[in-house]
Amino acid sequence: MNDGAGTTAVPAQSPRTIPSPSSVDESSEKLYGLLAEFETPAAIVSAAKKVNEAGYKWWDCCAPFPVHGLDKAMGIRPTILPWLVLGAGITGGIIGTVLQWFTNATNLEIWGGPIWVTGYAFLVSGKPFASVPTWIPVIFELTVLLSAIGAVVFLLLLNKLPQLYHPCFKNERFARVTDDRFFIIIEAKDPLFYRAKTQQLLTSLGATAVEEVQA
Amino acid sequence: MTTLPLDNTFDDPTRRAPLVLNHDDFGSVTNTICGVNERPKPPRAWYIAFAISSTFLMVLGVLIGYLFWTGVGVWGNQNPAMWGFPIVNFVFWVGIGHAGTLISAILYLFRQKWRTAINRFAEAMTIFAVICAGMFPGIHVGRVWVSYWLFPIPNQMELWPQFRSPLLWDVFAVGTYFTVSLLFWYVGMIPDLATLRDRAKTKLKAISYGIFALGWRGSIRHWHRYERAYLLLAALATPLVLSVHSVVSFDFAVAQVPGWHTTIFPPYFVAGAIFSGFAMVMTLAIPARQWWGLKDFITLRHLETMNKIILVTGSMVGYAYVMEFFTAWYSGAMYESFAFVNRMFGQYAWAYWIMVTCNVIVPQLFWFKKARQSIPIMFGICLLVNVGMWFERFVIIVTSLSQDYLPANWDYFHPTWVDLLMLAGSFGLFLTLFLLFIRYLPVIAIAEVKAIMPAANPHAHDHDKEASA
Repeated sequence: MNDGAGTTAVPAQSPRTIPSPSSVDESSEKLYGLLAEFETPAAIVSAAKKVNEAGYKWWDCCAPFPVHGLDKAMGIRPTILPWLVLGAGITGGIIGTVLQWFTNATNLEIWGGPIWVTGYAFLVSGKPFASVPTWIPVIFELTVLLSAIGAVVFLLLLNKLPQLYHPCFKNERFARVTDDRFFIIIEAKDPLFYRAKTQQLLTSLGATAVEEVQA
Repeated sequence: MTTLPLDNTFDDPTRRAPLVLNHDDFGSVTNTICGVNERPKPPRAWYIAFAISSTFLMVLGVLIGYLFWTGVGVWGNQNPAMWGFPIVNFVFWVGIGHAGTLISAILYLFRQKWRTAINRFAEAMTIFAVICAGMFPGIHVGRVWVSYWLFPIPNQMELWPQFRSPLLWDVFAVGTYFTVSLLFWYVGMIPDLATLRDRAKTKLKAISYGIFALGWRGSIRHWHRYERAYLLLAALATPLVLSVHSVVSFDFAVAQVPGWHTTIFPPYFVAGAIFSGFAMVMTLAIPARQWWGLKDFITLRHLETMNKIILVTGSMVGYAYVMEFFTAWYSGAMYESFAFVNRMFGQYAWAYWIMVTCNVIVPQLFWFKKARQSIPIMFGICLLVNVGMWFERFVIIVTSLSQDYLPANWDYFHPTWVDLLMLAGSFGLFLTLFLLFIRYLPVIAIAEVKAIMPAANPHAHDHDKEASA
């Protein structure tokens, strides 16, 4: 608490009390943004609501677990991830069908990467070459396989992970984000970001500490 | 601060039983669970267990070399029982692997919050069990150097796999199951790896956990997509877990061997798989919670709940035993009836009765609350269930093959020393991987446990703070 009070006292005299966000980018020590620490899920949810209402766009909350309702409070829109996974699943189903049809039911010759590959119409127990019911398990498995891989790959792509470096990692307090602390980060590139005003807002929302993060 | 109950096994439905004992803040949860990995030395029991299991792992390695050098004749597989221990072990281990995905996916969809204490555990167990399972058909093919023929890869014979065969479906089902389980496990672990990264005391640890944590920083924008992806993975894994053992059962059900050719096999195999998997989770969880001080997370109530599932699935398996016997009699088919009477009273009757005793009779003790809550009793029952489920696969595979249509072909199956040591060796592989997992990776899903704690509810606490803000 003492640290928090100490840092909140700084902004009035701070040289970084500057009128426009563009001049922040030009300063020698680049400011990434302001990091505010909260102690409880309730505190961060109500604070996030206010930050969202204030109209900030380039900001984020960080928490050790998905706090219930925080994404709504931040105004995060539903992700397109499920549609991408649907696409991956349909692709898997088509691959499964075409693979089995081509290999077991045709004599086609196609250019398959480095070599020519030929289908081989298998006659087994006088069954039709295209024994569609027996293809179902493999079609199903490939649908699930590609959907699951798609879910993970698109999750990482949408989240821009892996990203082993982030300015916040330099802040010592931020190490507790994976333990028991909750943070709001408002980036300096936000059009509404003004060093003093933003700090005042975060302090008024009940942050136990507000600190600068250098880019 | 409210006093925290030490016992959460009460039956009072008007009170919500706490899922975590003695921890009411997030920091202490992190400390206790990370403490498992962060303590400088594991308990002595870990060293003893690791010494034994890695010895068996080495035995397995040497025997696999011997097998490759000499050929599959080193096993007891012999006409007419051409599927012996390797396939018994394969089906056994795949079955064990089912509990993990059941706990992590199906219980997740049903919003069973108690799963958070055991899901990481069970998922790890699944992956290691599927590794053991996948090994056996891999080395069973004989000429391992052409085992890529299992996959639709262009090869020198210009032939493709025969996609109408359940054996090929197995390749896809088990392969998909392993991949999806691994992804599910890893995605669930990313936030916890980040916790270990942020707490790391040495540079080496920070870098190695850091690489696998992918730079996770708990951003709510990330969590938002993460929760969606996790839900999708659970929804995908649920039909998958039911399909895998169904496909394994097709290996038998689609064949025409008496005792195999029956439609009850898919649900019967799935119930048996969940049954054996839960027993294995218990077998590992009971010592682990004892040695690593995780009793506040894997509470007696968790164990009791799992015992109830073992009772239910054990009774389902018992029902299947009775039902397949009834169907064989009701069909009027001579070979089918013989196969089942022979199982009960024939040359493998000893195996059949071990199976029935361990799988059907012994778990009935779980009707009694005393048995469900006594650690030694439940541990004993779960060990017996593991034994019984191995014998179930032995009974299905070996008795049916030993005496089918042609009496002139009948014979008695004898395992060789290689068979027995390879079975022991597969346990060595399984336990070695598991012990390494406990030592180096977060054994309980830290982020998920925090999310189910009363303190995580943003509406429960600090109304005064909220009002002032």
